Amino acid sequence: MAEETDDALAPRRRFQLIRRLARHRSFRIGFIIVAALTLAAIFAPLISKFDPFEMRARIRFRPPQAAYWFGTDNFGRDVFTRCLYGARLSLTIGLGTALLSGAIGAAAGIASAQFRRIDAVMMRLMDGLMAFPAIILAIGLAAAMGPQIGSLIIALSVAYIPRTARIVRASALVVRELEFVDAARVAGASSLRIIWRHLLPNCMGPLLVQLTFVFAYAILAEAALSFLGIGPPPPAPSWGNIIAEGRDQAVDSWWIMFFPGLAISLATLGMNLLGDGLRDVLDPRLKVET
Amino acid sequence: MTAEPLLSVDNLTVQFRTDTGWLTAIEDVGFSLGAGETLGIVGESGSGKSVTALSLLRLHATATTRIPTGTITFAGQNLLRLPSRALRRIRGGEIAMIFQDPMSSLNPVLTIADQIGETLALHQGLDRAAARRRAIELLDLVRIADAAHRVDAYPHQLSGGQRQRVMIAIAIACRPKLLIADEPTTALDVTIQAQILDLLRDLQAELGMSVILISHDLGVIAEFARRVLVMYAGRVVEAAPATTLFRRPMHPYTSGLMQAIPPLDADVHRLPTIQGSIPDPARRIPGCRFSPRCAEAQPTCRITAPSLVPVGPDHLARCPPRAGAAR
Amino acid sequence: MNLRVLNRLALRLAQAVPVLLVVAVVTFLLMHLLPGDPAVVIAGPEAGAEAIERIRHQLGLDRSLPEQLLLWLASLARGDFGRSLMLNQPVLVALGERLPVTLSLTLVSFAITVPVGVALGVLAARFRNTWLDSAVMFLALVGVSVPSFWIAILSVILFSVILGWLPASGYVPLSDGLLPWLLALLQPAAMLALFQIGFLARMARSATLDVLDQDYIRTARAKGVSEWSTIAKHAFRNTLIPVVTATGIILSLLMGGSVVIEQVFALPGVGRLIVQAILTRDYPLVQGTLLALAFLFVAINLLVDVIYTWVDPRVRYG
Repeated sequence: MAEETDDALAPRRRFQLIRRLARHRSFRIGFIIVAALTLAAIFAPLISKFDPFEMRARIRFRPPQAAYWFGTDNFGRDVFTRCLYGARLSLTIGLGTALLSGAIGAAAGIASAQFRRIDAVMMRLMDGLMAFPAIILAIGLAAAMGPQIGSLIIALSVAYIPRTARIVRASALVVRELEFVDAARVAGASSLRIIWRHLLPNCMGPLLVQLTFVFAYAILAEAALSFLGIGPPPPAPSWGNIIAEGRDQAVDSWWIMFFPGLAISLATLGMNLLGDGLRDVLDPRLKVET
Repeated sequence: MTAEPLLSVDNLTVQFRTDTGWLTAIEDVGFSLGAGETLGIVGESGSGKSVTALSLLRLHATATTRIPTGTITFAGQNLLRLPSRALRRIRGGEIAMIFQDPMSSLNPVLTIADQIGETLALHQGLDRAAARRRAIELLDLVRIADAAHRVDAYPHQLSGGQRQRVMIAIAIACRPKLLIADEPTTALDVTIQAQILDLLRDLQAELGMSVILISHDLGVIAEFARRVLVMYAGRVVEAAPATTLFRRPMHPYTSGLMQAIPPLDADVHRLPTIQGSIPDPARRIPGCRFSPRCAEAQPTCRITAPSLVPVGPDHLARCPPRAGAAR
Repeated sequence: MNLRVLNRLALRLAQAVPVLLVVAVVTFLLMHLLPGDPAVVIAGPEAGAEAIERIRHQLGLDRSLPEQLLLWLASLARGDFGRSLMLNQPVLVALGERLPVTLSLTLVSFAITVPVGVALGVLAARFRNTWLDSAVMFLALVGVSVPSFWIAILSVILFSVILGWLPASGYVPLSDGLLPWLLALLQPAAMLALFQIGFLARMARSATLDVLDQDYIRTARAKGVSEWSTIAKHAFRNTLIPVVTATGIILSLLMGGSVVIEQVFALPGVGRLIVQAILTRDYPLVQGTLLALAFLFVAINLLVDVIYTWVDPRVRYG
């Protein structure tokens, strides 16, 4: 019974949510920013005719001008083009971290909520991981696994899993006390079915909100790791390593490090706005103002 | 009425801002109250009785509330026009208020002495020590045992009934001319309810203040109020002295409420209830707002909005069919 | 302090033990994930296979993983955090030299973060839905969106290079005087604080709004208390409760952020130490530093709990 009503309501509710999101101002702005950056990353070769790797000794350290919007760097590479291609790496790391930490965090959180025996061990483990400042844990892991994109994503994910798991666990604990879950249990539904049909869908809201913020943190963290020399290695551009490379020329050729930093700020701002909007709409408990 | 009333409310309308526009919470509410009198306002939750009470002291959030029409005249001045500084002198001074939930109405991080003392400091300029001494006297007055110790307690260390007594102590601290009690006993056990009502009655006699008692419980109102206002969906539907109202209710809604009071002398298995529920305030109902639930509704009731008309001495009701029959 | 508070503290201490254990094990495993062989690093490029084997035996690297873990935990219990390869000194000594710098930076930054963040949040809440609210919240959002090292470099260009008001880098110990110490730390601490200020302002705003919606605020207003006193006396302490809870997170963020900021301003702190240790594959140093930072963090959270008890009387008295 309960499941049938669930199904009947779901599409209409989903439609309403989308409409409310579309009306939400900060969500709209965030969405536009993130979408624009994503499109720019995907269509980078169409937007810029330059090669991000091509070094041209004659045009080193050119300030921003009509031909080179963001100027050129110490190798004569076009900074605008490198920022475009850098978006690919930075956004991939952000998305990858959000997805991986989301999947594992959700699994860990739900397992904790559903199986009390796992809970104690899991939560102590998460406490232990949270005792490290996230960025320091990520530095340690990234250094241990080497500078490939995959290991960076794993390192950042591990750093953000504990918080995600806690959030999912907290909302799953609330949901599992609700009547329709009891009803399903009485009706003989297996644990797995309860998790899949009831707990997980009802934790999606807070999870999604958390993941947009993880996306934002991951972009910032990638930049920080690159800056410390533990990020994706040059010459492949990421926003972080363009800044790291441009740092030594920061005083004379400010544009090399200025624009990628602006790109990071914009991407993070966009994700944060998106997350704020999602939280207002999906999680009315936290909603303070429209 | 011969003497100037202490409080008179006329044509009061209050609206709240929502996502979809301005929503009318109460409309054209009017009543008056003499010094020392007791008025009961009764209605279901959502009838607008609490909104009415909060508007008297303008306690609604200013950003999302507007009062397009109405006057609230208290001791000769219109409270709706009063500058906020002057209004603050009246709040807690000449008009005091107690609320439904004594659990959440007291600040959890301040002691009882602090919370009673604040009113005294604000309105009577007492210093800390004097305020504390007076707080103990007030706790005695509201019959809290061991007042000298209890005064230093935090709210969570008191029972629900004790907390409501503290709220009353805060309210009467400056000997207000008017006390507004918004569902003061709803959150309490039945036995405690009676004690609190007794206390309020005694204090009223002792201090000679006027009281507005708001409740969804007609039994409580019957026990306490001399005059009763019945509200439904944001409007006053009937107003009369308590004795008249209970002997001869004119509005079908009032009759319905009365049938829902369990009689003391008979065993009843099932009380009659009013069909349906209070309408969503966002939905405009043409004609009489009670008509969708009314067993006696006639075709005209669903078209023309009835007005409040006299149906007997000092007795008003918003029901033309019954008013016509009464005449 | 009463019995209840002591009980609570005892409970928290007991809860900290498994956390510390997890921290130690995680650190240990982390180091064994590192590619390469510490023995090879220590022996140097010219060492033969025999020499490497000898060092491996000395370090206990030829034992099984669980055995190594137990040995390591045992030495930790004795207070032995190992010896740094790079600096050729005990890890604890190296840490002892660097910790004051990081603590100074964190402390000054914290002292900037809390009043500014809380004030901005309360201000936005008091004027909710006005332009002031929007402006403050936009600034807060920018604060949590801008990479700290980037804005720090820009700040150095402006305040140190162009204007010459503040030193661009370096640390002055407190023993050289309060003012020079503060002057050296001002810029790094302020840059480090930006993110946390944004975070805290957003939190303090929603906490204040939550409190302002409470019934007891209505009671206060019904008593005739003015709008500002309502906030100062009735809302503020209740606002502080979630803020105090967030202090742990803020300190964690500050410690994490200090790694990057120390790099920008060339401050010889723990963060710089750990980065150097990782880059030079100084295993014992990485291990010891990570562990020390995590221990410090657990200790800080215990302290936060004490403060929490002090702010919220519901915890203090049954």
